[in-house]
Amino acid sequence: MKLRVNGTDHEVAAPPEMPLLWVLRDLLGLTGTKFGCGISQCGACLVHVDGKPRKSCMTRAGAVEGKSVTTIEGLSPDGSHPVQRAWAELDVVQCGYCQSGQIMAAAALIAANPRPTDADIDQALDGQLCRCGTYQRIRAAVHRAAELNRESRP
Amino acid sequence: MTTPADPARRVFLKQAGLTAAGLVIAFHVPSGRRASAAEPAAPAPAALPPPNAFLRIGTDDTVTVLLAHSEMGQGIWTSLPMLIAEELDADWSRIRVEHAPAAPVYAHTAFGAQMTGGSTTTWSEFDRYRQVGAAARTLLLQAGAQRLGTAPSDCRTENGAVISGERRLRYGELAADAAKLSLPATVALKDPKDWRLIGRPTRRLDTPEKTDGRAVFGLDVKLDGLLTAVVARSPTFGGRVKSFDAAAARAIPGVRKVVQVPSGVAVVADHFWAAQAGREALKVEWDTGAGAPADTPAMLAEFRRLAGLAGKTATTAGDAPAALAAAKRTIDAEYVVPYLAHAPMEPLNCTVRLGPGQCEIWTGTQFQTMDQAAAARIAGLKPEQVTLHTTFLGGGFGRRATPSSDWVSEAVHVAKEAGAPVKTVWTREDDVRGGYYRPMYLHRVRVAVGDDGLPAAWDHAIVGQSVLAGSPFESSYAATGVDPSSVEGVADSAYLKGIAHHRVQLHDYRSPVPVLWWRSVGHSHTAFVMECLVDELARSAGADPVEYRRRLLAGHARHLGVLNLAAARAGWGAPLPAGRARGIAVHESFGSFVAQVAEVSLDGGRVRVHRVVCAIDCGIAVNPQTIEAQMESGIAFGLGAALHGAITFKDGRVVQSNFDDYEVLRLAQMPRVEVHIVPSRERPGGVGEPGTPPIAPAVANALAALTGRRLRELPLRPGA
Repeated sequence: MKLRVNGTDHEVAAPPEMPLLWVLRDLLGLTGTKFGCGISQCGACLVHVDGKPRKSCMTRAGAVEGKSVTTIEGLSPDGSHPVQRAWAELDVVQCGYCQSGQIMAAAALIAANPRPTDADIDQALDGQLCRCGTYQRIRAAVHRAAELNRESRP
Repeated sequence: MTTPADPARRVFLKQAGLTAAGLVIAFHVPSGRRASAAEPAAPAPAALPPPNAFLRIGTDDTVTVLLAHSEMGQGIWTSLPMLIAEELDADWSRIRVEHAPAAPVYAHTAFGAQMTGGSTTTWSEFDRYRQVGAAARTLLLQAGAQRLGTAPSDCRTENGAVISGERRLRYGELAADAAKLSLPATVALKDPKDWRLIGRPTRRLDTPEKTDGRAVFGLDVKLDGLLTAVVARSPTFGGRVKSFDAAAARAIPGVRKVVQVPSGVAVVADHFWAAQAGREALKVEWDTGAGAPADTPAMLAEFRRLAGLAGKTATTAGDAPAALAAAKRTIDAEYVVPYLAHAPMEPLNCTVRLGPGQCEIWTGTQFQTMDQAAAARIAGLKPEQVTLHTTFLGGGFGRRATPSSDWVSEAVHVAKEAGAPVKTVWTREDDVRGGYYRPMYLHRVRVAVGDDGLPAAWDHAIVGQSVLAGSPFESSYAATGVDPSSVEGVADSAYLKGIAHHRVQLHDYRSPVPVLWWRSVGHSHTAFVMECLVDELARSAGADPVEYRRRLLAGHARHLGVLNLAAARAGWGAPLPAGRARGIAVHESFGSFVAQVAEVSLDGGRVRVHRVVCAIDCGIAVNPQTIEAQMESGIAFGLGAALHGAITFKDGRVVQSNFDDYEVLRLAQMPRVEVHIVPSRERPGGVGEPGTPPIAPAVANALAALTGRRLRELPLRPGA
């Protein structure tokens, strides 16, 4: 099976029903995408497929053949995506385990909605669990990321 | 006697090779010294021991700090380096951080074993890490003076350099010379008025790698030839494998081996997905274990029966039963809290590679010394032959500190039976159903109310499973038979100290259900009970809950400090929109004092918490940024449990299985949290846990104010 991940084409020896999460982690070594629940309930595994947020634990690898997959490793070459910058500014992370999914969800949100409200954020990130309780900072950082994103546009 | 251990040395030597030269400093603090969390350790002795690896200075000017404790979100990756950098006058931008290997030199200064827990890291390292920095600075200063041909008294240090007049030598240039000098007998620490880093809000050092996918958690460990295992465990606690049929499992592509281990049957495969599919195909027959199967209603009935019997006395003063018998008015209340899973975001996992005379382990653990010893026993090695690499922890909350080293032990068994390096991975279902819960507790309390509306006598029975029973720590309370972690927050309550007649009794409930400390341990239930009861008393006396607490806590300055601060910042007493109410709670735990005011409303039977104002007095605030984040964190953790958390049993099995039926707090439920830190020069207390206990009672008290109805059970179900 051919998979395009972070701009690179990979030939993967995996059955099409294998979840994308485990193809990324165990076959491609892209461990930034996390396993938290396996049933699309926690969002730790969220990636972008053709720019749209997808929970990779419940996405069959075969379903993304020919599509473009972006993981946290491919979000920016140097940690400079507006969401990553906002996360640093607001000191969001704690244990950090859920943050790849949070950041990918936030990046998808501000790409689709340049001025998200609190309600938009609550809705878009509702499926992203964090046991450290970084939610307040996440909310603030999404606003800040949207701001940085707007500033960076020509 | 603490001596440098091989693993620590190896790491130093390896790194020294990389950095060409290095300076290594460590200090001996007598191990085995115990201090309760409420009594921070006395200053460490000034005697400076042979060097070891707390600190390395590279020729490239990097200052690498080795953490004796585990970073699991609480921020010590930043606050411990701050202690060293403060005294070292280091260039903060050149600080690097690593987890230390497992070795005796990294033993907890109060507990004598390498571990992270009890909100102890900052206060227990407050002296040791500052001394490391001060001693290194002394040596660098000496080396710099020698190089410059001047006296140390003519030199000063600043931002990673030794300076004399116009001349300046970077630490990296001096590290090799400094390493040859002998340690001074003592070092002087800075006067707090000269601190530049301690007390300054400082951003986390682990953000870059935790926002770009590079951070390595246990689950992310990669090794050549590494296989992945999942284990089929007994569906009932205490059950054992009777027999199993692995034919279908072995037929799954990618499955390499199916092996029996003491905890069950492990399916070992090329990757997780094959291992999981193999486990699903596995047929196992179980011996369900002795005794009645766990069943929540039956357990609760048994708790109620036990509460009526005489228990073990945790504390007593005057004659509470007689005073109650003679009382004109009493309040009788029963409070119940459920079993809870920790559910850290990273499911448990452990990677083990065995070789001749050696065992290497990679895992996110809070209990290095115990895990190393457990692995050594299973592998037939000495502890020092076990190299333990601590990865980042994807949350801990107590679950990654098991006296039984359950998941590490299992992983060593799996690797041994598989004859290959194996990463044993738990699924979320394994985590939710695998035990080691915060125990269920029932409190039955009778309070005699005097004519002044204040409590005149207090008789308090607590029923629940002891966390320490059956562990190596059980001997620590053999004299009384009362596990202090079951009664903390009640037996030592500031409220009870002022009541002439009081008694606290404990009833131990024994069960095969494994239990464990869960963020804030006993305080996770005792603060709920005490703070709700005091609220009940205030309301029955027709008093304002803040004013009533002020009367009961007279003389307890630090309780009053946070109580008054939280009340003031929350606008206690000021009008609220219709349908909203405030509740307050104040509680001391782990050497710190926290008060919280919660503002709540009800939305079709669902509790909405809009705002939480939190005041904390944790003594010296090393990194206010961390403290603020930990208050937000503790509140979110406690609020999730207060609104949703319950593990229940039916026919011996755990009813819940994953985040769909074991709900935790979600983003939309996160209140606006405001944190206020009381300025203090007291020695530091804990911050990882003290934010959790007050939130459940603050919310419950707000609901009582809103509805007039008192909820005495967690989770809070106002619609029930």
